[in-house]
Amino acid sequence: MNAKGKVFKYGANVDTDVIIPARYLNTADPKELAKHCMEDIDMSFVNRVQPGDIIVGGQNFGCGSSREHAPIAIKASGISCVIAPSFARIFYRNAINMGLPIMESTEASEGIADGDEVEIDFATGIIHDITSGENFTAKPFPAFIQKIIAADGLVGYIAKK
Amino acid sequence: MGMTMTQKILAKHAGLDFVEPGQLIEAKLDLVLGNDVTTPPAIDVFATTCACGVFDRNKVALVPDHFTPNKDIKSADNCKKIREFAKAQGLTHYYEIGDPQMGVEHVILPENGLVAPGDAIIGADSHTCTYGALGAFATGVGSTDLACAMATGQTWFRVPEAILFVLKGTLKKNITSKDLILYIIGMIGVDGALYESMEFAGPGVETLTMADRLTICNMAIEAGGKNGIFPVDQKTMDYLAQFAPERLANKDFTVISADADAVYARTIEIDLAEVPMTVSFPHLPENTKTVGTFDEVTIDQVVIGSCTNGRLEDLRTAAALFKGQKVKKGIRCIILPGSQRVWKEALKEGLLEVFADANCVVSAATCGPCLGGHMGILAKGERCVSTTNRNFVGRMGHPESEVYLSSVPVAVASAIFGRIASPEEIEKK
Ligand code: SF4
Repeated sequence: MNAKGKVFKYGANVDTDVIIPARYLNTADPKELAKHCMEDIDMSFVNRVQPGDIIVGGQNFGCGSSREHAPIAIKASGISCVIAPSFARIFYRNAINMGLPIMESTEASEGIADGDEVEIDFATGIIHDITSGENFTAKPFPAFIQKIIAADGLVGYIAKK
Repeated sequence: MGMTMTQKILAKHAGLDFVEPGQLIEAKLDLVLGNDVTTPPAIDVFATTCACGVFDRNKVALVPDHFTPNKDIKSADNCKKIREFAKAQGLTHYYEIGDPQMGVEHVILPENGLVAPGDAIIGADSHTCTYGALGAFATGVGSTDLACAMATGQTWFRVPEAILFVLKGTLKKNITSKDLILYIIGMIGVDGALYESMEFAGPGVETLTMADRLTICNMAIEAGGKNGIFPVDQKTMDYLAQFAPERLANKDFTVISADADAVYARTIEIDLAEVPMTVSFPHLPENTKTVGTFDEVTIDQVVIGSCTNGRLEDLRTAAALFKGQKVKKGIRCIILPGSQRVWKEALKEGLLEVFADANCVVSAATCGPCLGGHMGILAKGERCVSTTNRNFVGRMGHPESEVYLSSVPVAVASAIFGRIASPEEIEKK
């Protein structure tokens, strides 16, 4: 399984409130949530994002509340993977449970520039920056996590079992 | 490279010989827990998993404790949903109000013999980490995790690193395990153990009772920890003999200890004799101050109980200090026994009479005001000294009310004096 797209780059401690502000939490509909994704940190995100695009963040990505809405909003906006040096614990769990691929790599987070074209191989953990030609490695997901993501999240994975 | 206690328990449940920090594993679970807040959405998710039933009707515990006896129609509907689900699934561990085994989830699971050393447990409640006191791995998760674990008896984990707390010496008079954990949270901060295990070791461990260890592990999450865990010793075995005799007799548990060459992210040594009498000021558990070093804080209410400090030992401590004393006029003092068993034992020992004579009100063995649910909500501007575990903005009521976290002795003294006070002042009275 691969991901390929243009990079939206953000800094450290991107919290769940900027990913999806609490004022929109009266719905759990992914399409509605996607309309406001990243709104409080990047007003232009929703208009520019294309299916397959990638978010590269700084450390402690997804800190804050335990809302499952945050990874749902990112995924529904078309993002195929989030790369960061580290993720907040509950966001990490929720992202995988909702079927949003996330990868931990300090080098990639530092080395990749905003707007770069990047290709990711989930099986090997290799992150290839097409624009700069550089390669980075993240720890690949074990087979069962790849299966959870392929099944669109934990519920789909369980249903298939 | 050796493994920590937590890593070894996780490896065993994943069927692996070795795991390392950061590794993602799929592990079998010995117990899955839900309450009346987190279970209703999990029941909806459960329905979409196509599971024909729960993985094991003896290993799913459902405890309606947050808004019970039902606070309003919405909570009544939620509890009805759980009750019907428990019945349809034939669950053995569903605890109805008034049941002799009912109470606050984290008090009753160990008391009802559902936790033993070496277990791996998840609960859709952040204070599930309490059970580490018995040498088990236990951590909190969300409703989707609960639903899927009810269906499969498994979940996935990211193997945590650990902070090792080496305890030495003994706590001084009037200083409790609650002061110790508040002191630790004040030292490392509310994200000081983010994603890590908090493993306790050293000669000081044997000076702590099981009730002490439960209080300490209960608040691991308040330091951001994934779990808290104590080594298994004679005290653990005595506890099992009292509360889990069947598992003890059947040897249905595994004593797992950390490898001698286990690798820790860091090691913190604590001399128990130096732990000060600690109170956490609003609105974060890390805002700790030592009693006697701050200006007078007058209060309106005191809460003694919860899954942090609602065990029989806590009520005994409170009653011993309240004996012959009265709650200061104008102050409300609410006692929340942690379980029906604790409630009944306190009745038999005459503790409830001491509380009534001291002008306290004794509540039902449920969460009550701890999370701002009901039965003791604070008005705008009111202050409460509480033996619970969180003092976030609005935790016990109005966003402009304040909660000060303390030990049981400090809470009793504060009720008597109407301000944050030390139990030493009662003796001098
Ligand atoms: S007593 Fe308080 S902290 Fe414990 S389970 Fe109930 S609401 Fe949560």
